[in-house]
Amino acid sequence: MTQLRDPAMKLLDSQRRTPWRGAVRRVGFIAPAAVIVILALIALFPSFFASFFGNGDPRFCDLGSSAEGPTRGHPFGFDLQGCDVYANVIFGTQSSLGVGLLTAVMSTTVAVVVGIIAGYRGGVVDWVLSRLTDVFLGFPFLLGAIVVLTTIGSRTIVSVSLVLALFSWPLQARLMRTSTRTVRGADFVRAAITMGVPTYRILVRYILPNAITPVLVIAAISVGSVIIAESSLTYLGIGLEPPTISWGLQLANGSAHFIRSPHMLVFPALFLATTIISIIVLGDTLRSALDPRRQR
Amino acid sequence: MRLVAGLGARFAGLLFVFLGVTLAIYLLVFALPGDPIRALGGDRPLPANVVETLREKYNLNAPLWKQYMDYVLGLFRGDFGLDFRGRSVSDQMAARWPVTIALALTAWAIELVVGIFLGVLAALKAGTAIDKAVLWSTIIFGAVPVFVLAVTAQLVLGARLKLFPVAGIEAGWPMSYMLPALVLAVFGLAAISRLMRDSVIDNLRADYVRTARVKGLSRQRIVGVHVMRNSMVPAVTYLATDLGSLLGSTIVVEGVFNLPGVGSLLFDAIRAHEGTTIVGVSVALILIFLITSLVVDALHYLLDPRIR
Repeated sequence: MTQLRDPAMKLLDSQRRTPWRGAVRRVGFIAPAAVIVILALIALFPSFFASFFGNGDPRFCDLGSSAEGPTRGHPFGFDLQGCDVYANVIFGTQSSLGVGLLTAVMSTTVAVVVGIIAGYRGGVVDWVLSRLTDVFLGFPFLLGAIVVLTTIGSRTIVSVSLVLALFSWPLQARLMRTSTRTVRGADFVRAAITMGVPTYRILVRYILPNAITPVLVIAAISVGSVIIAESSLTYLGIGLEPPTISWGLQLANGSAHFIRSPHMLVFPALFLATTIISIIVLGDTLRSALDPRRQR
Repeated sequence: MRLVAGLGARFAGLLFVFLGVTLAIYLLVFALPGDPIRALGGDRPLPANVVETLREKYNLNAPLWKQYMDYVLGLFRGDFGLDFRGRSVSDQMAARWPVTIALALTAWAIELVVGIFLGVLAALKAGTAIDKAVLWSTIIFGAVPVFVLAVTAQLVLGARLKLFPVAGIEAGWPMSYMLPALVLAVFGLAAISRLMRDSVIDNLRADYVRTARVKGLSRQRIVGVHVMRNSMVPAVTYLATDLGSLLGSTIVVEGVFNLPGVGSLLFDAIRAHEGTTIVGVSVALILIFLITSLVVDALHYLLDPRIR
């Protein structure tokens, strides 16, 4: 259907700035955006939020209250080591969101560079970059990450994000290539080429702003799947490691004692699920705002 | 002739991806700077004579291109390497494949049947509370990591309600596999129901539906035969794409439910830091994914004249 668009539609496409304004006013935008802003504040200032109930130190643990349920001052109860679950969940926000964002930034950067060059240049460069993209698309996400994470020594927020980015850029690169090719044919790009604008400037000033939107939407949604992937890898024992505080680690520990003390799993899971749901809903709102076919 | 050429181009594409993927694995795992054998040992340091034997076994003293050639040729013969005790990884996998295949097929069946049902339901009731309920339940289930879902299902449906066995395969095919397959299916099910919803809505507005209506066909026949048939293509194609995440999740699910499949072999290997087993099993699963995507791609090419 898309390839049958007439020139008038193409013109409309190039003026698609307005849907952003429409999207911003919807509940589907405001509610998840508010949740994400709060989570970002928690990630930036964890000590402030953690101290609400008077026990804000995630590393202060008392084995005497190991795995006890919620009590006064400890709304989420204690974990197996007797640490306050609330403080840990609050402090875990930083690394979980951190892995998600860092991965998204790295993979989107690579994807944009690869996609824009492949899409604009075409020919042999396009062929080589596209085959490279195909190779990394050949890896099922989690399995690829397992292979690499098994072989690297230390698993920190940065190294885990790097590995996850290694397997999440190709899809976005393909998207960037497609949208670059659409923009490349536009009149204003041809005009710029005719006027002798340097290629680098054409890419950055003309192509990039007009082609990047769909990639950014997918990148935003990918933050959610990356956070989930991190927690699954941590559960398997090849994600983040103990000195770090993360939701994945809490879920991994909590799931082993779920039957006797469900609070250790339920509270971090609630935070994680709320984060992912907000990201998915926000992404969906943006996607449908930007896609005229989906407005119904 | 063009058909043959098209299929040939697709096979050439797969061969390229296959060589690329194996080369990437090879470079990442076996040829990284530093000592790959020591890295494979994980947290446990290995004695010097073990390192030397492993270097010999892994062919690490040969030139790089020859190492890679031997590795790929080995893969073609079904040789996925040896574990730390010198047992062949393929032999260990052999007995476990039936369990994993049964699990994956059951999950696929659940995804397809429930996903299509929910998708069509949501599309026919678009905009109503039913539509929204389907959408929200797919979003919520998709936002929970698979191991959390697995542990919860185990506790609630298994231990509390006693609907299904908690773990193991003693109860045989339907019963023992239902709970893990359900957990495994949740993610793909959500995607299929959304795909199905959107494509049914698109198809309901298509010209051929109007024609059918004008011809006086009943609504059941229009939806059940014409719209369904045309809307199923994206859903069925998605099954193949979904195999990647299915194979990833099966590791966790088989581990949690203690099913003796290939996934739990990988699960146990990761816990025991059995580096060579981890790589061997992962590579086998990745290859299965690659081959399935090719078969589906070729089928798609044969069935849909528009993409030729």
